Amino acid sequence: MSQTHEPDVQPFESVVIRFAGDSGDGMQITGNQFTHTAAVIGNDLATFPDYPSEIRAPAGTRPGVSGFQVRFSSSDIHTPGDQPDVLVAMNPAALVVNLKDLRAGGIVVVNTGQFTDADLKKAALERNPLLDGSLKGYRVLEIDINKRVAEALASTGLSAKEVQRCKNFYTLGLMYWLYSRPLDTTLKWLEEKFAKRPELAEANKLAMQAGYNAGDIHEFFHGRYEVLPCKSLPKGTYRNVMGNDATAMGLVAGAQLAGLQIFLGSYPITPASGILEALAGYKEHGVLTFQAEDEIAAICSALGASYAGCLGITTTSGPGMALKTEALGLAVGTELPLVIVNVQRGGPSTGLPTKTEQADLLQALFGRNGEAPIPVLAASSPADAFECAVEACRIAVQYMTPVILLTDGSIANGAEPWRVPELSELTPFPAKFLERAPEGGFLPFSRNERLARPWARPGTPALEHRIGGIERANLTGHISYEPENHELMCKLRAQKVQGVRDSIPTPEVFGDERGELLVLGWGSTFGAIRSAVEELRKQGRAVSALHLRHIWPLPNGLDEIFANFRAVLVPEMNLGQLVRLLRSEYTQHNFLSYTKVQGQPFRTSELTRKILAILEQ
Amino acid sequence: MATNTTLTKKDFKSDQDVRWCPGCGDYAILNCVQGVMAQLGVPRHQLCFVSGIGCSSRFPYYMNTYGFHTIHGRATAFATGIKAANPELSVWVVTGDGDGLSIGGNHMAHILRRNVDVKILLFNNEIYGLTKGQYSPTSPQGKKTKTSPMGSVDRPFDPVSFALGCGATFVARTIDTHQKHMEQVLLAAAAHKGCAFVEIYQNCVIFNDGAFETITEKTVREDHTVDLRPGEPLVFGKEHDKGIRIDSWEPRICAAGEAELWRADHPSPGAAFVMAQMDSHPELPRPIGIFRDVSVPTFDSGLHEQIRRARSARGPGSLEKLLHFGETWTVS
Repeated sequence: MSQTHEPDVQPFESVVIRFAGDSGDGMQITGNQFTHTAAVIGNDLATFPDYPSEIRAPAGTRPGVSGFQVRFSSSDIHTPGDQPDVLVAMNPAALVVNLKDLRAGGIVVVNTGQFTDADLKKAALERNPLLDGSLKGYRVLEIDINKRVAEALASTGLSAKEVQRCKNFYTLGLMYWLYSRPLDTTLKWLEEKFAKRPELAEANKLAMQAGYNAGDIHEFFHGRYEVLPCKSLPKGTYRNVMGNDATAMGLVAGAQLAGLQIFLGSYPITPASGILEALAGYKEHGVLTFQAEDEIAAICSALGASYAGCLGITTTSGPGMALKTEALGLAVGTELPLVIVNVQRGGPSTGLPTKTEQADLLQALFGRNGEAPIPVLAASSPADAFECAVEACRIAVQYMTPVILLTDGSIANGAEPWRVPELSELTPFPAKFLERAPEGGFLPFSRNERLARPWARPGTPALEHRIGGIERANLTGHISYEPENHELMCKLRAQKVQGVRDSIPTPEVFGDERGELLVLGWGSTFGAIRSAVEELRKQGRAVSALHLRHIWPLPNGLDEIFANFRAVLVPEMNLGQLVRLLRSEYTQHNFLSYTKVQGQPFRTSELTRKILAILEQ
Repeated sequence: MATNTTLTKKDFKSDQDVRWCPGCGDYAILNCVQGVMAQLGVPRHQLCFVSGIGCSSRFPYYMNTYGFHTIHGRATAFATGIKAANPELSVWVVTGDGDGLSIGGNHMAHILRRNVDVKILLFNNEIYGLTKGQYSPTSPQGKKTKTSPMGSVDRPFDPVSFALGCGATFVARTIDTHQKHMEQVLLAAAAHKGCAFVEIYQNCVIFNDGAFETITEKTVREDHTVDLRPGEPLVFGKEHDKGIRIDSWEPRICAAGEAELWRADHPSPGAAFVMAQMDSHPELPRPIGIFRDVSVPTFDSGLHEQIRRARSARGPGSLEKLLHFGETWTVS
């Protein structure tokens, strides 16, 4: 369709929309479609899906509310935004749960068709928020979407239930109209999605068109808005990517750069299942996926596959990580490459399965019996998960070690534009299998300059050897209970992992190299920290930011960076885990902890307030 | 994978000292396995022995092949990964009643139902040996051990019934002291394309000596066991005069001439289950030999077949295409 440029189209730099409804209302699809269209237009964007762990909590209740927040912008952004500018509420529960987040003066689109007394009761509301003044100070748009969709789809012959399932596309059409978006990306998606049910594709198209036309016809709004493409992103080809998909692609790329076949042993768990699902679809890349009977079999099969010459990978989330602990120790002891992805969620135990948290850091660093050091990396955003997955493969293969990659729920399901790397930008790190016994005989636990041991695959003549969980004698790998040998092997394994730091860069400070306060982050807090520091620097504050990708071993040069600031603030979505590590590793610096464990990411405004409070002390 | 050189039993002995207790049944099993390996015609580098934890699990260290001594109960999961990564390998799991049926029971069930082409040797001594004598999931009810001073209240597993229930495609039982029988059973297991489960009655000389004596002792063995040989009648006894027939789903002793003709490849595992039930009837001989041997596609071949199919339908995967999948836009 042609882009209209009517005089009343007002440009905005950045807009945040939150779609909220019942978990069966299709809000995640709606949000994803809006995101996809924004990506194709060329906006910078960030998303925050927030949904309950129940697949279908009782309809209309507050625990059943599913939300999808998308921020799209003509400038470079790092977070999905603190406060929505627009809230689309499909029922009373969605309205009351989300209204507190809406910015003052923001737009609320309410589906009045779902505001009967029964609906209010389901949402535990004694009074109707549309009538009791709750919406004062907002621009409210009341539409009976149930009725409008029923009218628009009257001639389709679909059942009333099927018709009502198209409501989300009505709201999508309305938002497309309001922000001057083309419909074609979603139209194409509907055709592909419902290729086998063309009547449903048609119905959803009609609903979307009806919503779009409603903007024109009914003059609900005072005018339309637009958010122009973002031109400040680095040059290149972009696509929209979600964190789990970026992780999966990074693993495929990493294995290819190593010249290895992937074996993924995994067990479905929220929010990590998406990686297994994605990799299961990459069979033409030679990816072997094994949906194991449990988390333990998942990692054990992966380690077995690594022993046999594949790149063994396992993906999980917190509780699954706990179950994998013993096998991690074996991977450390047998010195085989293995990549473990932990998509962190709220813990402990089952905790908050669909919510985000960073509380598995100390588990990743120390959660094993014995001296069992493992390199640990963390991705900072959905797109960064690609590079981190490649990096995890590199370290695993070059150092013959398990590597833990931490992402989290907000990265896994969040989306952002990703500059697709040219293949020439990716440096290969080919795995080298020992093919014959070296002169003087084969020693399975001899070491190269990185202290990595040789990788001799079963199937290779003359290299038959045995490995296992009992301490291995230096060089030969035979069972050894010798006290000195055990200490030597513990030290060698630790030194090898420490040596990884010689292959990683010192992270760059964002802002001045010297100042009052350095805000140090890891993982998905990157966006909020960067946004807060950018904002405060614009106000002339002496604050800088630093982000860690490699958490163990810590990169070289941090000591010197920290020395240039009076204090280092460490915001984390846990009760202060990285800060403990930093305090023990860099005893002479002043680390301040700022924590949040609500299953929700930091807001930029929370960080700016905290930073200002410190600066003004 | 034939080789030019003929291998002997000696070629499969590793340079490590064998450290089981003197008189342990494991020695006899190791000896037999080494002999069987020499007969298989599989080169040493294509053989991989995988174990968990327990006395039996030291086994790989004593085999001059590839070997992986893993963690308690998980050998079958490791073996699944190894076989999936390289289906050319001949992969053998060595486990025990505790390792394979207690801590590793879950993985055992799943490797059997998936029919991963791996051979599993379960050394059953009805006791925890490495931890010095606690009752195991195959110890008989009432068994007095260090952790069951008044006798175990647990009802035991029958490994054969367990494997049959999991849909195992090859199930057999043999005895540590019966080298000839063990050799035949192991050769049949090796010849089976798919997951082979072999329970081996193994005597723990220290903590459960004589557990199977009434069945396996040489002077009584022929009268107290019946060998399930596919295609042959279920005849037993020193004089080969007795037989077993199945009568209304019950095994009964009969004259040799009336004995049931044993079939291990019947579409239904029903008869195999009836045989397995004989364990709980002391008046009946204990069945050994091959309970089940059916042909079913293996997990590992299915896994690789899907890769071949995907590649022939979509071509070999291109990383560039993968990264650019879906709609893209350019910032210039």
